[in-house]
Order: sequence, then C-alpha cells, then structure tokens
Amino acid sequence: MNDITQGLLAALRLIVAFDAELWEISLRSLQVSLTAVIIASVVAMPFGAFLAVQRFKYRRLVISIMNALMGLPPVVVGLIFYILLSRSGPFGAFGLLFTPWAMIIVQIVIITPIIASISHQAMRELWAEYHDLLISLNTSKWQRIKTLIWDGRRNLLTAGLAGFGRAIGEVGAIMIVGGNIEHATRVLTTAIALETGKGDFALALGLGFVLIGLALFVNISIHWLSRTEREGRW
Amino acid sequence: MFPLTLSKLSVRRRGKTVLGPIDLVIDQGGPTMVIGPNGSGKTTLLRVMHGIERISEGTAEWAEPDHANHAYVFQSPVVLRRTVAENLSYPLRVIKRAKPEINSAVEYWIEQIGLGKVANRSATRLSGGERQKLAIARALIRNPEVLFLDEPCSNLDGQSTREIETLLLETAKAGTRIIMSTHDMGQARRLAADIIFMKSGHIAEKGLAPDVFSTPQTPELQAFLKGDILE
Ligand SMILES: Nc1ncnc2c1ncn2[C@@H]1O[C@H](COP(=O)(O)OP(=O)(O)OP(=O)(O)O)[C@@H](O)[C@H]1O
Ligand SMILES: [Mg+2]
Repeated sequence: MNDITQGLLAALRLIVAFDAELWEISLRSLQVSLTAVIIASVVAMPFGAFLAVQRFKYRRLVISIMNALMGLPPVVVGLIFYILLSRSGPFGAFGLLFTPWAMIIVQIVIITPIIASISHQAMRELWAEYHDLLISLNTSKWQRIKTLIWDGRRNLLTAGLAGFGRAIGEVGAIMIVGGNIEHATRVLTTAIALETGKGDFALALGLGFVLIGLALFVNISIHWLSRTEREGRW
Repeated sequence: MFPLTLSKLSVRRRGKTVLGPIDLVIDQGGPTMVIGPNGSGKTTLLRVMHGIERISEGTAEWAEPDHANHAYVFQSPVVLRRTVAENLSYPLRVIKRAKPEINSAVEYWIEQIGLGKVANRSATRLSGGERQKLAIARALIRNPEVLFLDEPCSNLDGQSTREIETLLLETAKAGTRIIMSTHDMGQARRLAADIIFMKSGHIAEKGLAPDVFSTPQTPELQAFLKGDILE
C-alpha cells in the first residue's frame, strides 16, 4: 500500500515537474503505438470487411488463422523479428534493429490480427443487415466494402482502440527489438521494467500511472471525437 | 426487356420446397398484386423475379437480360446507418450520378415522403412507418423500370397508405412496372390490374383483378377473400 501511495506521489511529482525524460518517453510510447495502430488498421479493417463480403474457398481457414494469430506470444514475435532485423539477418541491411521502427513493426504484427478479427466481427453483423439492399442495388464488391467500413466506422474505432491498448501496454517484443535504449527506444513499458529491475518501485509505479493515464486519455479523446461526429459536427 | 419468363422454377430450402414448380410470364402492364397467406411464398417469388434468390431448379429469364434498373423494397426495410438524406442519395451515388442531380432528386423525394424535417437525422432513429416510406423513396429515386415491393404499407397508417398508393399509381402511370405483395385486400382492389394468388408455394390462381375478385375460381381464393382461415 505504501509503495502505491509513493508511486502515485512519484507520478504526480514527475508530471508536475514536467520531467523532460518522462515527457520524452511518453511521447515516444504514443508515437510508436499510434503509428502501429494506424498502419495496422489500414490493412486490417478493409481485410475484415473483405472477409465479411467475399466468399472464397479457404475463407474459413483464413478466419481461423487470423483468430489464432491473435494469441501470438509477443516475446516470440520479438525474437523472430530480432533475428530477421539483426545485421546478419535477411533484413539486416535496413539497419532497423534497435530503432523505433523495429518496435513499430513488431507492434503491427501483434495487433493486426486483433484489429482484423474485431473488425471482421463488426463488418459481418453489418453485412447481414445490408446484404439484401446492397445486392439489390447492384453495388460492386469495392462499393460494398467501402459502405461497410464507412457505416461501421464507430465499431471499427473500437477495434482500433483494442489494438492501441494492446500496443501501448506491450513490453516483451519491443524490449527485444528496441533494446530500451535511453533517448532512442525507451518507452513507458520498457522503462517500467527497467526501474522495477533496479528496485525503484516508486518511479516504476509513477511511470505505470502515467501509462494508464495515457491509455485512458486516448480512449476518452477518441470517444469524445466520435460523439461530436454522431452529433453531426463534422 | 419484357417479358420475364419463369419456367419450371422451384426454390428448395433445407430439403423443403418453398416455391414451385412455377410457370409464369410477367409482361408489360400491371400493377400486379401478389396475395396469399403467410408463408405461401410471396416474398420468395418476388426475390426470385428480382434475381436475388437462389433458384434450385428451372429458370427465370428476362427477354433482354439487363437487370440494371430494377428496384426492390424489402418486407422489413433495410436502413443504412446514415442520415435520411444520405439513405436517399446512396443508390444514385452507387451509379455515380453528378452531385447537383443527386441533390435535386433527394430534395424532391424527401418532400414526397414528408421527411424533410428529419433530412439530416440518422435514419436508424426513424419509426417503422417512416423507414418504410424512406425505403420506397430510395427505391424510386433511380426511376426504375421495374419496381418490386414486398408489403410496403404493412406499418403505415391509413393516411400514409393512401399517400403511398397515390404515389405508386402515379409511378405506374409514368411507366414503371410494379409487382407488389400485400396483405391488405382493400389495397389489392385499389391498385391491382392483375392478381397472383399464392398458396403453399404455388400460384393457385391468377388473372385480371376484376375477374379474380368478382369470380374467384378456386375454393382457396374464395375462402381467402372472405377472410376465412386457410389450413
Ligand atoms: N432460407 C430459408 N430456409 C428455410 N425456409 C425458408 C427460407 N426462406 C423461406 N423459407 C420458407 O419458405 C416459405 C415461404 O416464405 P415466404 O417468405 O416467401 O412467404 P410469404 O408469403 O412472403 O409470407 P409472409 O406473408 O409471412 O411474408 C415459408 O414457409 C418460409 O419458412
Ligand atoms: Mg413475405
């Protein structure tokens, strides 16, 4: 209990003091995870809609694989990408290991199946509702997908938020490919792991509260955005 | 485009024949009213004619197989999760009409169905009757050559039903071929040029409306018109 109060105090102190390092780490966390979510969404959401609209031979198999990939252990993803991106690996020439881009890449791999799966679920429900009308109106496949994505945008937002929550809280994979390097690849979760290891629980908890606050902040602002949208303000 | 010829057509679902075998020719004229008890196959027949129901046997063929300008109003209206105005513009946007043309069509139709005041509200918040009117206007907005309506007035009050009937008669007069199912015998009498009476997946009787109503041939239709319960 004492530790938690101390952690809260530490968090407050860091925030009030506008601690430069905390600021930098938090911003990097946001940057990495938001970039990953945006890139993953661009792929996963249309894919989810496509799976809902299009029947093809191995559709069920693809859906099963997608759902299975949701359970991919992040540490293993990190390890695989460490090997792929390391100097001697097939993508070593790009020099991505221990950069924020390496962290973004592993986060994309981890959250794409999650976003795709939740999107697919939402798109399937909407397609059941729209199916008859869109067929009757002679819409093209692409028009159907666009319509589902646009009209299901609020549900897709939820899918994106689920991906974001997973990405910003992830530690194992980005630790491996990012290396937790100060002023380069240190983010909130890896910093927490580091401080905990060093025994500085107050600071670790402080960072933890900032992390929770950040996740809440993104969730609330997106819900607020979608509410103003529902009221037709943009 | 006409006629539409259904030959030896049947639809089976889960091993049960829900429609047919049916032989039927739909030519110019109309409006045609499809009547019959619940589960007799009215919806299935309309969907087959529109080309959105899988046929198990036989054929349904238009003389010119270009289906592009058909519209369909579903028994339970499909409402896009968009504003009322965007629901109306959707069919025109699908066929890439120009913006000004779309806007004027939407303005016209939204007044026709009396939803001008809620143009920019989400259509999902409309009442059952308002949804039906929206679905009808959305079907008419492409000025279809053939219009299928599956019990389009089931949720409408007397006043709205009259308005829609007037609208449909005008549409028919302007050259749209109307094929419609209804439970309302009064409506069938008011609108029909000819009647198709369905029973247990078959066409039990068909003919010109005055003949069918004055001298029904089959005992089933006689009973149905009297309002008796059919087994
Ligand atoms: N996909 C399906 N699977 C199984 N049975 C079906 C299916 N579609 C229709 N049916 C059956 O076919 C029969 C005819 O249905 P249809 O909807 O055409 O009747 P209807 O005359 O339109 O009835 P209502 O007046 O209630 O609208 C019904 O018994 C229905 O249960
Ligand atoms: Mg029906």
